[in-house]
Amino acid sequence: MTIALKTRLPGGLGSRLGGTLIAGLSILGVIAFFSIIGPFFVDEVLAQVGSVRPRQPPGGDFPLGSDAQGRDMLALMVHATPNTLKMGLIAGVIGGGLGSILGLIAGQFGGWIDAVISVISDSLMTVPAIAILVVIAGNIEEMSTSVMAVVVASLSWMFTTRTVRAQVLSIRERGYIEVARVNGEGPLEILFREVMPNVMPYIVASFVGTSSAAILAIIGLEALGLGAQNEMTLGNTIYWAQQSSAVLRGFWWWWAPPIVVIAMIFVGLFLTSVGFDRFANPRLGRRA
Amino acid sequence: MTPLIELRGVKRTYGAFTALDTLSLSVPDRAATIAIAGESGSGKTTLARILLGFIEPTEGQVFYRGKDIATMSAAEKFTFRREVQPIFQDPFDVFNPFYRIDHVLEMPLYRFGLAKTRAEARPLIEDALSRVGLRPQDTLGRFPHELSGGQRQRIMVARAVLLRPRLIVADEPVSMVDASLRATILDEIRDLNRTLGIAFVYITHDLTTAFQICDDIVVLYQGKVAEAGAVECVIGAPRHPYSQLLVSSIPLPDLSRRWGDDEMQAAPEQGDRPSAGCRFAPRCPHAMDQCWRVDPAHTRPDPDRLIACHLDREGAKLPGADIAQVFQSRNNAAQSMKGTAT
Amino acid sequence: MSVSGKSVSGLNVSGTSGPILDVQNLDVVYDTVSGPARAVNNVSFALRPGERLGLIGESGSGKTTMGTALMRLTRAPGRIAGGRVLLDGTDLLTLSPRALRATRLRDIALVPQGAMSALNPVMRLRRQIEDAILAHEPRTTQAQLRDRIAQLLTRVGLNPAVADRYPHELSGGMKQRAVMAIATSLAPKVIVADEPTSALDVVVQRQVMQTLGRLQAGLGAAVVLIGHDMGLIAQFADTVGVMYAGRLVELGPVAAMIGSPRHPYTRLLIDSLPGIDVKRRLAGIPGLPPPLVKLPVGCPFAPRCPLAHDRCRVDLPLSQEVAPGHVVACHLYPDNATLPPLTIKAEVQP
Repeated sequence: MTIALKTRLPGGLGSRLGGTLIAGLSILGVIAFFSIIGPFFVDEVLAQVGSVRPRQPPGGDFPLGSDAQGRDMLALMVHATPNTLKMGLIAGVIGGGLGSILGLIAGQFGGWIDAVISVISDSLMTVPAIAILVVIAGNIEEMSTSVMAVVVASLSWMFTTRTVRAQVLSIRERGYIEVARVNGEGPLEILFREVMPNVMPYIVASFVGTSSAAILAIIGLEALGLGAQNEMTLGNTIYWAQQSSAVLRGFWWWWAPPIVVIAMIFVGLFLTSVGFDRFANPRLGRRA
Repeated sequence: MTPLIELRGVKRTYGAFTALDTLSLSVPDRAATIAIAGESGSGKTTLARILLGFIEPTEGQVFYRGKDIATMSAAEKFTFRREVQPIFQDPFDVFNPFYRIDHVLEMPLYRFGLAKTRAEARPLIEDALSRVGLRPQDTLGRFPHELSGGQRQRIMVARAVLLRPRLIVADEPVSMVDASLRATILDEIRDLNRTLGIAFVYITHDLTTAFQICDDIVVLYQGKVAEAGAVECVIGAPRHPYSQLLVSSIPLPDLSRRWGDDEMQAAPEQGDRPSAGCRFAPRCPHAMDQCWRVDPAHTRPDPDRLIACHLDREGAKLPGADIAQVFQSRNNAAQSMKGTAT
Repeated sequence: MSVSGKSVSGLNVSGTSGPILDVQNLDVVYDTVSGPARAVNNVSFALRPGERLGLIGESGSGKTTMGTALMRLTRAPGRIAGGRVLLDGTDLLTLSPRALRATRLRDIALVPQGAMSALNPVMRLRRQIEDAILAHEPRTTQAQLRDRIAQLLTRVGLNPAVADRYPHELSGGMKQRAVMAIATSLAPKVIVADEPTSALDVVVQRQVMQTLGRLQAGLGAAVVLIGHDMGLIAQFADTVGVMYAGRLVELGPVAAMIGSPRHPYTRLLIDSLPGIDVKRRLAGIPGLPPPLVKLPVGCPFAPRCPLAHDRCRVDLPLSQEVAPGHVVACHLYPDNATLPPLTIKAEVQP
């Protein structure tokens, strides 16, 4: 899925920055912008329980209305989004980072190291993650956003490990690895100097994928009430809305904004990850 | 004179499969040019990898300048690695797409201690590139995908030469390059042999190029030497039926030697080898009873030729007749011609 | 270069003895970042039924592009920019997609480069051949399919039992022949083979080429063989065409092309092939072909041509007939009867 763009950027960059990548990055950029800038302009206090008149539909003082517990929805969105994103990012970095390192090691060194890592990752992959996460989250006394991120990360590294490992194995068969050996490079040097740069696109893509999966899992857990209920996050907002029967009571401005924001995040992540592939692989575009 | 590299009784098996059957070969230390010819499955790539020290023989030993590779010290191994360099077949796969081509030329200089900084490396690299007919300003700083297959392969030749090796093992270096460019690249390889005194082992299935740039040739069939000796003998007047098949299959732009459509060769497609007797028997137009029962030993019908074929009944069966002997006599002849003392 | 509308074979286009494939002024352009690259530039030739044409050129000469264009398989960023491809009188370039699909394989078949990788690795050979046949003749019964497949495989020298194997169980030569069996399963009138033996050993190459020859003779089909090895093409073809920088610079009967080529490039191509008669200095062709996005003014070969003179750098040479069925695009003609000696000579080694 590529949207052709005719731009003139130096070094042939323009042809590689497909419309897909730009669209994805723009969406994410908008969300990031509001997440970073927003809190400076909108007071956090307004997003606390009981700070404004409850149950107000959008309009006037409350551009996005207020919920049944007296929170200003706009303020809530502005503060909840960065929290959710932060958790997703942390989970993505931990899960993706751990997965990448394990995948690199397993692929490069093979033997029993590979066997151990693969067995662990393959068996964990078959475990229904949500079920385990529910059990773990349900048993944690003091849930916080960071803890939530780590919990989710613990079960999200396996796919990255497999992908990165497979890529490393494939790259090791390439001629230039043998040339590197003949050039006198040692195994560790080969791993970091020759193999890793070619695995980077997969690592980045895995990071994006892991973050999205993590955000989804986090939102899911929060919507079930297993999140850090005192924190402002998108998932918690949905939880609170459900608890107060917002749908039945017609408070659409309570459940709609978080859903829209969540949808935007995922669309942005998806387009970015698809578009990034084309950027990282300039030869894909040319079908001469 | 100590041979540059010597294989003694080398055999390589993978489980039940024999990739290379007991073989002795010596590459003399005098800028020799030896071709190893055969089709896929002949064992030529295995032989190349053994020469390069990439794999070990299952039986037998490999000697580099008199020292057994298997018992070399780290320092000796290091020298061996520098002095024996490969050129691979695929000019597309041998470059890391992430780096400019300078990377593959600089790394060996740094790792083998021939240069410490980019400034020191640069003149060596430029010299190597011009030796292969490339202009440094057109090639340095570029990414592999910006260059043509022919240019890339020449860069690989330059890389091999950079380290001033004693032996270059080239595994089908021009088979993935356009026919019209092959001549140029091979010519450059031959020049390097003459001007820098680098010995070449040229692995190929193309007998015409083997003829043009090599003095000696070893023809392998399913892991065994079918025929070996001077190229003028083996290719000009092949005696082994397999060599004859190879030579007659060369597509020459010569209308008096057209193939015609009617011949149907018995194909060895299954890849299974006869358990006894000569491996070539299933395809041999002259196969006799004996060929199916006894694997022919090597004989020496001419001073410059060695053959493994029951058709050669008169050939001198010298004790331990092997390629080392055949090439040795040519070495001596070549030496006496050049007047070099051994 | 523009070739006159007359087809090379000189035969009447509309008669039953007319050409089975008539390519007229074909243009294929690639829209690259640096501008349009004219990969096939005003190329014309005609094939009689049963004729074998060998198209030779270096990488980047446009020969593969030509092959795919003949079947209208050109993919973006390439596009057919002009000309006609008449298959037995019907212009393939103006057919509807449905009619085109019906024509492919049935009337004109392609054996592509790297055909060995064109086989589906997870399907047995039998099913792949059946797919091809059923796509055009959906009412063939199982029994008929079995018979046909057995026939097809025997015709290419393969044991019919091979049909039940997977591609990875076959050797390179066998796979190539299997692909040829699929390509000829509907007895096409024209077979386009793009470097069918590029990754094969010399003996297998010969087998495959002989198989192709027998197939072609049996079907009475015409063949366009595309390659870069003059020796191989000389062994197989009746007519040889030489492509350079997207243009057809010479076209003629194989005996004349080998024995007395008219274009300097053809001569150099032949000379660059090493023989086994005598050791001599290998003669390559110095220089590189021009980039297709930026062709030089005048003859595209002028920068590398040992016989180039001033006119060559200014005027594009037009194709002219120098002998019956033999055309060349070069300013040396018609002033010269044959090609003058080139200044680059192969030196015999002392």
